[in-house]
Amino acid sequence: MSEQPLLSVRDLSVAFTQGGKTQTAVDRISFDIAKGETVALVGESGSGKSVSALSVLKLLPYPAASHPSGHIMFDGADLLALGEKDLRRVRGNKITMIFQEPMTSLNPLHTISQQIIEILKLHRGMADKAARVRTLELLNEVGIRDPQKRLDAYPHQLSGGQRQRVMIAMALANEPQLLIADEPTTALDVTVQAQILELLDGLKKKNGMSMLFITHDLGIVRKVADRVCVMTKGKIVETGPTKEIFSNPQHEYTRHLLAAEPKGKPPLADDTAKTVMSGRDIKVWFPIKEGFFRKTVDHVKAVDGIDVTVRAGQTLGVVGESGSGKTTLGLALARMISSSGKINFNGRDINQLSFNDMRPLRRELQIVFQDPFGSLSPRMSVSDIIEEGLKIHEPKLSDAERDKRVVDVLNEVGLDPETRFRYPHEFSGGQRQRIAIARAMVLKPRFVMLDEPTSALDMSVQAQVVDLLRELQAKHDLAYLFISHDLKVIRALANDVIVMRNGQIVESGPSRQIFEQPQSDYTRALMAAAFKIETAPVGIVSE
Amino acid sequence: MVVVEDVTTRPVSKPWLSPLNQRRWANFKANRRGYWSLWIFLVLFVLSLFAEFIANDRPILASYKGEILFPAVIDYPEEKFGGFYAVTDYRDPVISDEITSNGWLIWPPIRYHYRTVNNEVPEAAPAKPSWMYDKQTRCARYPKGVDDENCNIGNWNWLGTDDQARDVLSRSIYGFRISVLFGLILTAGSALIGVSAGAMQGYFGGWTDLLFQRFIEIWSAIPVLYLLLIISAILPPGFFILLGIMLLFSWVAFVGVVRAEFLRARNFEYVNAARALGVPNRTIMFRHLLPNAMVATLTFLPFILNGSISTLTSLDFLGFGLPPGSASLGELLKQGQRNLNAPWLALSGFVVISLMLSLLIFIGEATRDAFDPRKTFK
Repeated sequence: MSEQPLLSVRDLSVAFTQGGKTQTAVDRISFDIAKGETVALVGESGSGKSVSALSVLKLLPYPAASHPSGHIMFDGADLLALGEKDLRRVRGNKITMIFQEPMTSLNPLHTISQQIIEILKLHRGMADKAARVRTLELLNEVGIRDPQKRLDAYPHQLSGGQRQRVMIAMALANEPQLLIADEPTTALDVTVQAQILELLDGLKKKNGMSMLFITHDLGIVRKVADRVCVMTKGKIVETGPTKEIFSNPQHEYTRHLLAAEPKGKPPLADDTAKTVMSGRDIKVWFPIKEGFFRKTVDHVKAVDGIDVTVRAGQTLGVVGESGSGKTTLGLALARMISSSGKINFNGRDINQLSFNDMRPLRRELQIVFQDPFGSLSPRMSVSDIIEEGLKIHEPKLSDAERDKRVVDVLNEVGLDPETRFRYPHEFSGGQRQRIAIARAMVLKPRFVMLDEPTSALDMSVQAQVVDLLRELQAKHDLAYLFISHDLKVIRALANDVIVMRNGQIVESGPSRQIFEQPQSDYTRALMAAAFKIETAPVGIVSE
Repeated sequence: MVVVEDVTTRPVSKPWLSPLNQRRWANFKANRRGYWSLWIFLVLFVLSLFAEFIANDRPILASYKGEILFPAVIDYPEEKFGGFYAVTDYRDPVISDEITSNGWLIWPPIRYHYRTVNNEVPEAAPAKPSWMYDKQTRCARYPKGVDDENCNIGNWNWLGTDDQARDVLSRSIYGFRISVLFGLILTAGSALIGVSAGAMQGYFGGWTDLLFQRFIEIWSAIPVLYLLLIISAILPPGFFILLGIMLLFSWVAFVGVVRAEFLRARNFEYVNAARALGVPNRTIMFRHLLPNAMVATLTFLPFILNGSISTLTSLDFLGFGLPPGSASLGELLKQGQRNLNAPWLALSGFVVISLMLSLLIFIGEATRDAFDPRKTFK
């Protein structure tokens, strides 16, 4: 690079002090961003990538956070040395930021136009009328259809993708030179993710911005970044042009990251295996009530007449965007919410059983939840968590026998049994998900509903969890209902797949057939978005 | 199986205090004011529980004709010592002389029970603290004057007497005990009822919640003070009657927080996970939800405790509280107000009450710190 870089980070360290202990989150990293360039910071959770990005704008919780060393040169000034007043001139003006959660980044009590106009007035001193015109332009630019109508909408009236578009409009309002995007698409569906990435790319080219893109997803990096910095444990271990990094990774960690995608393919579906769980015409309708007498005027059809069959030793993958009703279907089959239709489990019709009658069956019908941080009670030790089910379903076990079962199952899921008296917060995300799996497996179930068990985990951990699940399935002849929006994981694990949309089945069949020859436009769009990060023509997927 | 995450070694056995509670205790200790307040309060409270051995008109231990007696805990009729009353008055020189000539007596450091009237006050009650008189005046009313062996330090009124010649220090000690006990029992009772009610509402929601909430709204609209005045006019006022009436209304304070916690937490994933395991509702409420609500409840507790103590004091002050003659701090304050010429009454009452309430609030503050997950100490 001949010209001066726009942003130049040199020897930046970030340390956090808590309770007298100092931890270094970022350790002397250096990188440059040239004008018009997109640099991606890639790493797994805890690698310090978000902290690095936040320190560019000094948004960390000072004084708990501190910078033992380093400079951040932007526009000839060291941002770390600037006072609060000078910083404010940079923040939201020359450098803007978009965050991961479009749900919480917008103020729910103000209309979107109010929020955008506020920025224009504050930083540009625009008059009301001019600001409104500019807001319209911005909304148009970020691809919100009918912006005129949307001006006075509140954030809750918009979808996740639209909200992220509004966030981008806010970030662009001041025509920044540098846009920092902190996992801007992680909370979005793959189809929407593709749309947002395309939008960002287009805007960058049009306005000549630079972008610092923070993500854990290598697929996205390949798509958007010019250069990549791979971070782990607070250090940048490898930097280089995107193509080079992907074709010829030098550092061991980069290679590990690249190799981490869930691999392997499940055996072909075996139609002769015994059916463990089947549902016929499952419907979950939530009534919409109106008027003084709360008359039911309509229904939200979360699940609308779905047939499923899950066989022993096999996996049925349920795929769909958020809101497609896939989790609701799973919960209905597990009798966690009420539904209509026939649910047959182990040759017994269970949809009419009461909660108490269901209890003995719960032993064979287990659920693993999405969020390993939320699904383990923070006040119980691992041992308490795992043996809770045993205490109910096998009350006659002695303490020693129960402890042995806990030790066995911890060994089985690959955790050190010595750690069983610790508490969930002492474990990493992947380990916690293993604990959650152990809790289900200790009862020796026959059917396990897995509700997005890998989506809160890092890529390399995902692969391990998928391997573990496959191993357990083969060993115990388990039937899995695997719900996920992540097609890569589904491809690695499912024998059969159903694709859901708006509570109905779009397409179903053996996994191989669905992945290789998708029949419907919707499935094709989903595949393109997931594997190639390409957008579909308007109208096929949600916005 | 490859496990990339490393596992650092640590003790294998179950720790007696969970790490969470260890952290809380450390946080509690880090609040020095609260920590010391807890110790001071505990010492005072435990001492006051044994008030009968500190301030009493009966000896702790006595030996009479070779027999060891425990007058502080056992009632001996006066016949035993040659008298004729059913209850022995050990302060009576006749009896004490009789016993000392046939054995010995060990008196508590303060020889007055809260209801003991000092017949030897040097001037008309309320009398000043004994250390404000010279020996001549102090012993003037004793039969043998300065030489009387009962005119000793054990019979001092360290904080003077009230207008019925009862020892203020003794009354303060007993008053402190009854106030704290009243507060503790009332708080525990209201917490029990309030937490259960809140838990039910929050967990089951729907109609249960709706009906209960309306009931509570009506219930808490009843003016408690008027009701107390009316009831105390009908029923004989006493410790447990007062406690009962106050309990009827004070549990409401807990319902709000606990209900909110349960409403929030009942949809947590680990609660769903427990439900999916087939855990019964009762167990889910106790094991998974209650600990969440406990934090909010414990934060509330000291304030309810202080509130109930002040209510008892104010009722006593107004004369609608504990039966006349009981050791009560409110009554002490009232005497102080009536006898402005005797400032030791109001001062003692003020010091005891404010000390007690401040200690409890400081402890409460530290408890709140201890349970605040975001609180960090450098």
